[in-house]
Amino acid sequence: MDHFPNYWGMPPQESFDRYNIFQDKTKNNAISDPTTNTKQPIVTGTSVIAFKYKDASFGSLARYREVERLYPVGEYTVLASSGDFSDFQYVKHTLDKIMTKEYYTNDGHILGTPHIYEYLSQVMYHRRSKLNPLWNAFVVGGYHNGEGYLGYVNLLGTTFQASTITTGIGMYMASPLLRKAVEGHEDTLTEAEAVDLVEQVMRVLYYRDSQSINRYQRAKITAQGVEISPLLSAPTDWSIGKDLRGYQ
Amino acid sequence: MSSIGTGYDLSVSTYSPDGRVFQVEYAVKAVDNSGTAIGLRVKDGVVFAVEKLIQSKLLVPGSNRRIQTVDTHIGVATAGLLADGRHIINRARDEAENYRDTYRSPIPGKAIADRVGQYVQAYTLYSSARPFGSSTIIGTVDEEGPQLFMVEPSGVYWGKQVAKTEIEKLKLSEMTALDAVREATRIIYTVHDDAKDKEFELELSWVTVDNKRHQFVPTEIALEAERIAKETLNADMDDD
Repeated sequence: MDHFPNYWGMPPQESFDRYNIFQDKTKNNAISDPTTNTKQPIVTGTSVIAFKYKDASFGSLARYREVERLYPVGEYTVLASSGDFSDFQYVKHTLDKIMTKEYYTNDGHILGTPHIYEYLSQVMYHRRSKLNPLWNAFVVGGYHNGEGYLGYVNLLGTTFQASTITTGIGMYMASPLLRKAVEGHEDTLTEAEAVDLVEQVMRVLYYRDSQSINRYQRAKITAQGVEISPLLSAPTDWSIGKDLRGYQ
Repeated sequence: MSSIGTGYDLSVSTYSPDGRVFQVEYAVKAVDNSGTAIGLRVKDGVVFAVEKLIQSKLLVPGSNRRIQTVDTHIGVATAGLLADGRHIINRARDEAENYRDTYRSPIPGKAIADRVGQYVQAYTLYSSARPFGSSTIIGTVDEEGPQLFMVEPSGVYWGKQVAKTEIEKLKLSEMTALDAVREATRIIYTVHDDAKDKEFELELSWVTVDNKRHQFVPTEIALEAERIAKETLNADMDDD
C-alpha cells in the first residue's frame, strides 16, 4: 500500500524514496507536486461583529458547534477571528509565545491592545506579501489607557480602526445596524443596551447568513479585564414561515 | 585540596584514580560559596527565597536577580555563578518554548527538569567544556499540582523533598504559601552570617495553585515577612 496520496496513479519509481516524509518539497520533483500555499480555506468561521460602548465589547458568530473563535491575549485584549480556523490557531500560538516572553522579561511593561494589533497587522501584511496569507479577518479589541480600542486586519493586511467593526457577511448585513446604534453614542451606550444589540444583530445574521448556526459568544472587555460568555443563542421566530408562498 | 597538582583536575573528561571528577566537585564548590537559595513546596504552591549578596553598594536595588521566570508558570532560583545561572535560565526558556511549539501546552515540571538536567550534564562530558558553577531550583504548578526540582552542576536532578535541617523541621504538606514565605524568610535570615558575609537583599517569589503564575511576592507581604523574621531572630539572640 502506498500511503502517500501524491503518488497514487503515478508509475513506480525505484530511484525515489517514497517513504521519506521529509523530502524537500521546494525541489520541483516530477513525481511530487510543487510547494503550494493556501488557496482556499477549509475549516472556516463566519462573521465577527464588534463595537465600542461605554467600555468596549464584542460579539461573534460560531460556525461550528462549540468551536470558539474568541481568544483572550493578555489581560485586556481579545482576538476574534473569522476565516480559516487552523490559521487562527497558529496566530493564537504565536501571540501566546510573545506574551510569555513579555511576561518573563519582567521589566514592568506589558503589551496592550494597540501593540498586539500593530504586531498582528505586520504579520498579516508580511504573509500576504509572501503570497502565503493567513486566511482570516481578525478583530482585535481591548481596553487600553482608559478607553476601548478596536481594530480590524484581514488576509490582505488591510487595517482600519473604527467604533464598529464587522467581518465576513456581517460587513454587509450587520454594519448598518451597528453603525446606526453605536456611532455617535459610544459614550452613552450602556452595557445592557450593548448586550441587546449583540443579540439583535446575531439574530439577523442567523436569519440571513446561510452558513451560520444559531450560536454565538460574546466578549466584554473593560477596565476589570476580559469576560467571555459561554455559547449563546438568539431567540428566533419562524412562525411567518407557514405563510410564505412561491418558494417550493 | 589533595587534587591540586595531581593533574587529574585539569579536565572534566579525566577521572581521578579513586573515580572522581574533580572539575564537577569544583563546580559544586562554586555553588557553596554563594548565597543561599531555598525552594519550598507546600500544599498550595511553591515558594522561592534567595539570599542575594550585594557585590557593590553602587548596584541599584533589584539588579542581578537570582530568581527568574521561565514560561509563565515556572520559577527558577539559582545559586553559584550568576552568569552560569542566567545561561541555564535562558536554556530553560528555550526548552519551555520548544515544548509549547511541539505539544501546544505548557511544559510540565518533570519535563523541564529533565531537559535542563540533560543539558547541564552534557557540560560534564567534554574536555573542551567546563561544568556549570550553578545549581538551579525549578518550581512550578502544573497538572499534578505544585512541583519542585533541583539540578546540580553534575547534571543530577531530582524531585525535591527537603535537604536542610532547618527545612526538615517544617511540616511542608500542611503549610500554605504565605506561611512558607515567612518560614523561608526566617531561614534566610538565620543562615546569613552578619560577621562573615556581605550585606544581602532578599528575593522572594512564588507560584500558587490559584493562578499558576510565577510572580515576585508583593512588597507588603515580603516586608511583613522580613519584619517577623528580624523579630524572631532578635528574640532568639536575647534568649542566648
